[in-house]
Amino acid sequence: MSATVARMQDAPHPRARGLARRRATSYVMVALTCVAASLAIVPLVAILGYLIRQGAGALSLDFFTSMPRPVGEAGGGMANAIVGTLILIGIASAVGLPVGIGAGLYLAERGGTRLANLVRFLADVLNGLPSIVMGIFAWEFLVRPIGHFSALAGGAAIGAMMIPLVTRTTEEMVRTVPQSLREAALALGFPRWRTSLQIVLRTAMGGIVTGVLVAVARVAGETAPLLFTAFGNQFFSTKLTQPIAALPLQLFVYAISPYDEWHAQAWAGALVLIALVLVISVMSRFVVRSKHGRAND
Amino acid sequence: MQTPTLPATVTTPEPRTPPALAAPLAGSPAPPARVSIEGTVVADRVYRAAILGFALCVPILLLLIFVEVGIAGWPALRQFGFGFLTSSTWDPVAGQFGAAPAIAGTVITSIIALVIATPLALGGAIFLSDFAPSWVRQPLAFLIDLLAAVPSVVYGLWGVFFLLPLLREDVMPFLRDTLHLGATPFFRGPAYGPSVLAAGLILSIMVLPYIAAVSREVLMAVPRSQREAALALGATRWETITGAVIPFARSGIIGGVILGLGRALGETMAVTMVIGNRHELSASLFAPGYTMASLIANEFSEATSDVHLSALMAVGFVLLLITLVVNAVARWLVWQTGGSRS
Repeated sequence: MSATVARMQDAPHPRARGLARRRATSYVMVALTCVAASLAIVPLVAILGYLIRQGAGALSLDFFTSMPRPVGEAGGGMANAIVGTLILIGIASAVGLPVGIGAGLYLAERGGTRLANLVRFLADVLNGLPSIVMGIFAWEFLVRPIGHFSALAGGAAIGAMMIPLVTRTTEEMVRTVPQSLREAALALGFPRWRTSLQIVLRTAMGGIVTGVLVAVARVAGETAPLLFTAFGNQFFSTKLTQPIAALPLQLFVYAISPYDEWHAQAWAGALVLIALVLVISVMSRFVVRSKHGRAND
Repeated sequence: MQTPTLPATVTTPEPRTPPALAAPLAGSPAPPARVSIEGTVVADRVYRAAILGFALCVPILLLLIFVEVGIAGWPALRQFGFGFLTSSTWDPVAGQFGAAPAIAGTVITSIIALVIATPLALGGAIFLSDFAPSWVRQPLAFLIDLLAAVPSVVYGLWGVFFLLPLLREDVMPFLRDTLHLGATPFFRGPAYGPSVLAAGLILSIMVLPYIAAVSREVLMAVPRSQREAALALGATRWETITGAVIPFARSGIIGGVILGLGRALGETMAVTMVIGNRHELSASLFAPGYTMASLIANEFSEATSDVHLSALMAVGFVLLLITLVVNAVARWLVWQTGGSRS
């Protein structure tokens, strides 16, 4: 720390150049960082604006309640895909949440051990795993041996993608629970497991809900892991052992098709998908706000 | 869940007992007085074993992915050997598979993405950590984070209908003819739209929030005293950043960029939709190409022969290896500078 400061003191350039010039450089660079920050959100605005312009027209109540129409017929909806996505999210949560929260509790309570460090590191590595690799793994592991695509395989694939996110948030949130609270519970005669589950976990619940919502928002839009697992379905199906439609999958198929009617449907689908994801994201922000005040600033 | 009165963190200014905290204690049944010590010990053991089991799921899952994909790809790797990585013939009919174009496409698109995204993300992160007025800080950071929440397939849709026409009609002719970059081999050839350049551009938007978030976090982890010392020595605000803040946060920022690289390497849907999907090794960024991820996404469901399937699995295995190494390096660098969340 002192080394860098000392180096600044000895550096020739601040003294050699005039103060006015140095100040001018500083102003220009500060302005440039402001420009960079503004440019960074231009794509977001562009995408959202374009989506709303293109998608709002095709969006109606019909879109949520009716089935896809064959090529050549305008209108129709994606009821099957919307229901399919919700089912897939449900399966994913059933797979990802218990494992993620359990592993997070372990990391928070057994933090310093070598195994905990390894698990933490691998959770971060798993977080960066390409979604397509998760897709072919799930196919190899859950689809190929069984012999057909299924909602369960798709849900499990995206559920596995939730694990690292939920693990790390749970760990962080459980760590913020004051030790005194834990000690108070133990002193009252609570066994350790009840202290952890009923006192510590419940206190940290607000933050954990946030992490869960972020994870759900992330996997709700995942497409690549579903390509070879849930596979998609043109018909209405809620059977867990059968292929199932999903909003992102349907969107992909429609987007790369050559038909204008399908493109319109794709835009409407994208609008619904992004609304779902953004609402969950914004919601998660407010859970954190109200629970933790400025703690996460 | 919505009780606003639960300051459950250590940073609470007034450490009074929060009412909602007392609730679970009072509300849940009183600790049973006459449970045997043995019962408690057993229950605690079960609890510990359970969370240990859940924690072990993470390494087991990773190992399983590694082994399953590796075994599935092994026949192709054995048959084609090192040539699998260097050959550019990908011919499912003849049963010849070389992944060089896809590997090259992956690397090139990722480099384009990083070259564009890094300055913007870093500049934005510096602005947010050091210069932005406090009322701008939170909303702006939130908006940049939202970029990461947009699903890949939506980026792809936008890319197909907005970015590709824009590239075809305006950007590509401008680069090639107006700026005369067509003289270099990199900007040559007809402007179709679907191209390596389009994929790189989409990727740059997609990795930006990741680089920005990590950079911002490590910049904010730089101690205040570091900045104050520089300012006290007469440095301008910018000199404080370059002289005192960035050197301190350097390895964390590099870690953030590498993390972005990891995202770019593995990104699938948006790239598949705009890259054109052609097995071709071309120096021109205007030409269509393939990345490893888009190759798998595009051909996996059509693969009929065992060797084709195995070759795609082998591509997945190579991608897995590369991203594992990249992510491990990135995490290590970020941890060194005290950042923790991604």
